[in-house]
Amino acid sequence: MNKRTFLIRAAALLVGIGIGLPATSAEDRFIVVQSTTSTQNSGLFDVLLPEFTRKTGIEVRVVAVGTGQAIKNAQNGDGDVLLVHAKAAEEKFIADGGGVERFDVMYNDFVVVGPPADPAGVSGSKDVVASLAKIAESKAPFASRGDDSGTHKAELKLWRAAGVDVAAASGDWYRETGSGMGATLNTGTGMGAYILTDRATWISFGNKGDYEISVEGDKQLFNQYGVMLVNPEKHPNVKAEDGQAFIDWLTGKEGQDAIAAYKIDGQQLFFPNSTRPQS
Amino acid sequence: MATGLILSGNAELWTIVLLSLQVSLTAVVFAALIGMPAGAALAVGRFPGKRALVVLINALMGLPPVVVGLTVYLLLSNSGPLGVLQLLYTPTAMIIAQVVLVTPIIAALTRQVIEDLDAEYSEQLRSFGVSRLASVPTLLWDGRTSLLTALLAGFGRAIAEVGAVIIVGGNINHVTRVMTTTIALETSKGNLALALALGAILILIAIAVNGALGLIGTASGRAAHA
Repeated sequence: MNKRTFLIRAAALLVGIGIGLPATSAEDRFIVVQSTTSTQNSGLFDVLLPEFTRKTGIEVRVVAVGTGQAIKNAQNGDGDVLLVHAKAAEEKFIADGGGVERFDVMYNDFVVVGPPADPAGVSGSKDVVASLAKIAESKAPFASRGDDSGTHKAELKLWRAAGVDVAAASGDWYRETGSGMGATLNTGTGMGAYILTDRATWISFGNKGDYEISVEGDKQLFNQYGVMLVNPEKHPNVKAEDGQAFIDWLTGKEGQDAIAAYKIDGQQLFFPNSTRPQS
Repeated sequence: MATGLILSGNAELWTIVLLSLQVSLTAVVFAALIGMPAGAALAVGRFPGKRALVVLINALMGLPPVVVGLTVYLLLSNSGPLGVLQLLYTPTAMIIAQVVLVTPIIAALTRQVIEDLDAEYSEQLRSFGVSRLASVPTLLWDGRTSLLTALLAGFGRAIAEVGAVIIVGGNINHVTRVMTTTIALETSKGNLALALALGAILILIAIAVNGALGLIGTASGRAAHA
């Protein structure tokens, strides 16, 4: 084989696949939504987004990260719409001029899941604050997201309400995984820890083992999702019209109905509660 | 269960596999175009600070993907200096990140190969009146079989990393979702069997690519000695 044949063969092999593929649809009409792992891991987007795309021709590209990172990315203008679940942080984002207007979309609730042995004796409780206090008292392992996500923020709020200083217990019985909800469930169930999770992720989670819901039904476990357009005045690249179209659809009748219709094993995962006029 | 999942491989899976190959192979090509001449020049060049540069390039082989991803994200973000290019969350962004990761590996391994060849042939080349830098193409050509290993090492790094591509690509379904980010996603969903099956496919792909490049290497080696 001469030099030329070799080069041609090597080059063909290396780039052949790259060039042979159809270029990714860069000219397509699309928006980028910064959102959270719970909405993606639960499979909600898989049913919601195709419906919206069918109706409008706008493709929705979801970047699913923790709420903290999603807000940060939106602040950088890397996305057109923000759909997360940490109301206080969302309102701050709007107040800082990062977004235009925040709308309620849907809610679900958090639950505390735990091992069947129930070392803290909290199983069946409806009082999450008292249960957390019991977990702290018994020093039963607790796996926290530890990633500044919406769930993590909600969890920290509950610990404060319980008067427990988790920072002092970090690395002891309080274990921060610093990762997403699913990853934390994988880790937590592996170490026999209690875990605060949103119900949607828990229902759709495929590696539950013998874990069960220990604490549920407390009003304080309410988990509200909000949606907002990234401020096009601050970030001119934001696709304001298409982004707003998605928000209008999501908070309008069709989107709300689609959210309510999404079920796994007969259980509804998210409950629409947009306050915008439904037509 | 895992085998069944592989055998029932659907169109969705193929899109992901092909995108993985597209991104990583393209990255390796660009990294080779930069890294091989650079590594060879570093091998034959005589200049102050050369030893330090060699140490640096060798150290950069261990660049943490997540740090590369973060850096590329900050550059390509709409708030970053290259935001106007609108490359964030595209396969191009993933290629850029992998080029950054792979180039030092290819450059460092190339330098080693070429330095050895240079030690062997430099006197001969000099006697033909070939200058140090002008001897680079000849040396690269002569070391092509060994340099395949550099390519494969670079490809191995690119196809296996998740830290960089998940940050700059965003793991967007049908757009920037590749094998490793899919495995991470399925693991986080608790679908461990599926994640493992995807891992097995990833290894098969790596074997196939290595096998194909290995065949070229053997063929060219035989041709060279004929």
